[in-house]
Amino acid sequence: MSDLCCSLLSSTPDSEEREWTISDYEAALARWCPGCGDHAILAAVQRMLEAEQLPPEQTVFVSGIGCASRFPHYVRAYGFHGIHGRALPIATGVKLRRPDLNVFVVMGDGDCCSIGAAHWIHSIRYNLDMVALMLDNGVYGLTKNQTSPTSPRGLPSNTQPRGAILPPLNPISATLGVANASFVAQTADWLPAHVFATLREAFRHHGFAFVRVLQRCPKYTENIFSTLVHDPGLVELMVHPDGVVVPELDRMFKNKVQHDPADLDAARRLAVSDGNVRLGVFYRNETHPVYEETRAVPARSAGEKLALLNTELDRYAV
Amino acid sequence: MRIAAPAALLPDKASETPAAVATVTTLPGHTLEVVSDSGEGAQRCAQIFGTVSAKMGNGIWTVEIIPAEIQPPPRHPTSASGNRVRIGTGAVTNWGDAADLIVAFNEQALLQRFRLGALADDAIILIEDMWATHADPQIRNAWDDAMEELGGRSFRFINVPMEEQCLTIVDNARLGKNMFALGLLTCIYGRDLDLVRDAIAQGFLKKAKSALQTNLDLFELGHRWAEQHIDFRIAVPAVKPDRAMVAMNGNQAIALGSIAAGMELCAMYPITPATSASHYLSDVFEKFGGIVHQAEDEIAAIGVALGSSFAGKVAFTITSGPGLALKTEFIALAIMTETPLVLVDVQRGGPSTGLPTKVEQSDLLAALYGQPGDAPHVVMAPATMEECFLCMTTARRIAEALRTVVIVLSDANLASGVQRFPRPEPSEHWLAQPLDLAPVRDGLRPYDWDPQRGVSPRIVPGQPGGMFTATGLSHDEASHVGYTPDVHERGCQMRSRKLALFQQMLEPPAVNGDPTGDLLVVGWGSTLGAIEEAVERARQEGLSVSSLHLRFLSPLEPGLKEIFQRFGKVMTIEINYSDDPTDPFFTSENRRRGQLCWLLRAHTLVDVDCWTRVPGEPLRPGQILQAIRESMPQGGSR
Ligand SMILES: Cc1ncc(C[n+]2csc(CCOP(=O)(O)OP(=O)(O)O)c2C)c(N)n1
Repeated sequence: MSDLCCSLLSSTPDSEEREWTISDYEAALARWCPGCGDHAILAAVQRMLEAEQLPPEQTVFVSGIGCASRFPHYVRAYGFHGIHGRALPIATGVKLRRPDLNVFVVMGDGDCCSIGAAHWIHSIRYNLDMVALMLDNGVYGLTKNQTSPTSPRGLPSNTQPRGAILPPLNPISATLGVANASFVAQTADWLPAHVFATLREAFRHHGFAFVRVLQRCPKYTENIFSTLVHDPGLVELMVHPDGVVVPELDRMFKNKVQHDPADLDAARRLAVSDGNVRLGVFYRNETHPVYEETRAVPARSAGEKLALLNTELDRYAV
Repeated sequence: MRIAAPAALLPDKASETPAAVATVTTLPGHTLEVVSDSGEGAQRCAQIFGTVSAKMGNGIWTVEIIPAEIQPPPRHPTSASGNRVRIGTGAVTNWGDAADLIVAFNEQALLQRFRLGALADDAIILIEDMWATHADPQIRNAWDDAMEELGGRSFRFINVPMEEQCLTIVDNARLGKNMFALGLLTCIYGRDLDLVRDAIAQGFLKKAKSALQTNLDLFELGHRWAEQHIDFRIAVPAVKPDRAMVAMNGNQAIALGSIAAGMELCAMYPITPATSASHYLSDVFEKFGGIVHQAEDEIAAIGVALGSSFAGKVAFTITSGPGLALKTEFIALAIMTETPLVLVDVQRGGPSTGLPTKVEQSDLLAALYGQPGDAPHVVMAPATMEECFLCMTTARRIAEALRTVVIVLSDANLASGVQRFPRPEPSEHWLAQPLDLAPVRDGLRPYDWDPQRGVSPRIVPGQPGGMFTATGLSHDEASHVGYTPDVHERGCQMRSRKLALFQQMLEPPAVNGDPTGDLLVVGWGSTLGAIEEAVERARQEGLSVSSLHLRFLSPLEPGLKEIFQRFGKVMTIEINYSDDPTDPFFTSENRRRGQLCWLLRAHTLVDVDCWTRVPGEPLRPGQILQAIRESMPQGGSR
């Protein structure tokens, strides 16, 4: 079976010879609100696909439900627009049995940190080789302005009109707290060069790459990022040769911290914001076993399967 | 456990008493039970007895008697653990009515079986008698009370000093009585000693040789004791079948069936009584290029299976009622995206956590209609262990051909019972086709539905030119989201037409018995054997009864209305709840009926009645026979 599948793969003329351009990754016109951060993230993703020359037919975008989860419809690749919170299990199934495919997961903050929280935590542990993007606008967008687990405390919404009752959870800290955390980064939609570079690192990373993208929602949470957008001084770039290197941002951001992504303790300290929002790679560790590799078993031909099955049935012979 | 001396060196205590002259009774079948506290190994004893009987050419059917806890309190009625084994000269299709013989390691386990009506009026009871003279007065009193409760009937008690005997070989008789009991049964039923010894050895492949020898010694001891002290033998003649046979339980059959179907991923979350299938698969699947993925919950499990299927490798997920509930949203997603998927629900008693280890058929309507929104899909129910094996290939093929979900409804009775059946002859055609990643023909869309039949070609990731985004939102042929009336209605129509197409491919179900008559009983799932045995007995009594057993519940097999109209009355027999029609509290308007009954009434507009029970155990043929007698349209007592 796998022989056949491999020969088919390698005989695909497109993937070998053709050069892919941005337009090869463009599908339906994105229908997000004007000014929504998702547009910029989409563009950065498409640029990254081009830069990495990923054949569209070898690439799968899996999402949940929400504004962010419309993402796969706008990328020309295979896609699965699933159900709220459950993108990660679907992606796990795809990657587990088809490790040849490049798998990207796109979730909203409600999707990932609320309804899908169990899958998020466990996907970090499984550590499949895929990229998981959490587009964090601090609110439930699609369902029109309800409090999310990442809403800043006090932010009014339709369900908590007197302000978010609970402090937000910190997705970076949470991710860094899980066994097998492999790649953890944060970027922001208004810095497309940074998004691009972060995604590229995430894609190149061998393991589960979790990227939180701070994403502006012009409709409901414009304010939560506006100070950051207008005052780069509030942003601290984590820089390191093993992190994200974006020379064009050097001048814009005076605030920089040298951080070696191999240092988990430092990553955990930096993840806890002390007023500054940090962008870059918090943590990178390629030594954890990758689930689809740990679970890989040699494929069997039909003949082998039958022979083995007959042996197995003989154990039940009476 | 100390290392025992070889059996030959042991003082042969039994030989001091004069050998009994045993009378042999030859019977076409016999039903026995072995019960103990859990942890004392009655199950192993009975399983070996069953397997050996099958090897000798008897038909068998076994049912596990399981307490819900892992370590329930000892010597308590609710702690009874063991097995029923029914053996016969011909095929055995159900667990029968009551046990003709029981081996009980304590009187409380025996009492439990008695209270559940599991013992025949003239049952032979072999009981450990150490409790009668136990040092603890509470235990002696409990024994006396039990004997009083059991007294005044035609039981034949045989006191067996199991503890005393076993202590001549081991220090802890608790861990040895089961082999001693196996010796008793082997003698009484004239089982082949070498087959039993082999079967015992099978359980010690990975353990110390000395442990095996101890067990063999205990077995021989029991056998010798019975030779010396038991004055009867039961012969159930065996007919060597003319073809190769296997014996296994329904969960093993499902696991092996999934391999025969060429599936390579089972994504699951542990839940009784489904889990044992994945235990077995976890052991062997990797040899076949497959894996068992234990997900973080049932939702993730079906999600992983769906992802794998979407990517071209049809997977299955296995669960029980509570897990089925959690998987609901994903089932609908698979139906909506037309992603093939096989879901096995090994039903247990519900609602909620219900009866985790016990049989029920209460998930039928949830399996059929549990998904909000219109979600047509296939539901099928194997009726035997053999069908558990075969249905996995059928289910995968249907799922792929129709690009939909197939739910397989098994149950706790099939899952843990062992039955003998003809050895399947798997073939290469049963296996899933290898992944075909050929480029997609220009212009082909992911939902290019055949307008008549609703089916469409399947495109999988990796195929050049086929890129599309599957979505649970209403969508058109190109999988573009569309909320207009025509897009949504068309999608609904196409998904529905597939079921009509499939229904046309099915044969009308066979009627067991005369094609016309006074009463037709209709069943589904694991009750097949008990129903057919009851019908057979009713027909011998001169009643005009036939039966019909459904394997497909969605779509329903064709011709039902026409068949039903040939009978004076139609009645389903099911293991789910319905209100008692003889209770004046209920009227035909407010009476809640059995689940298949409900379905058949809606489907055929025939006034189908039902007889259902939820005892947490398989139905007994005698019980069904009584229901048939009382339900006969004329002359019945109703
Ligand atoms: C099971 C289920 N519950 C609730 C919803 C409704 N719902 C759709 S999207 C959403 C939240 C979206 O917020 P988020 O995940 O943060 O994504 P955003 O829209 O902000 O991108 C909710 C609650 C649903 N579709 N399914």
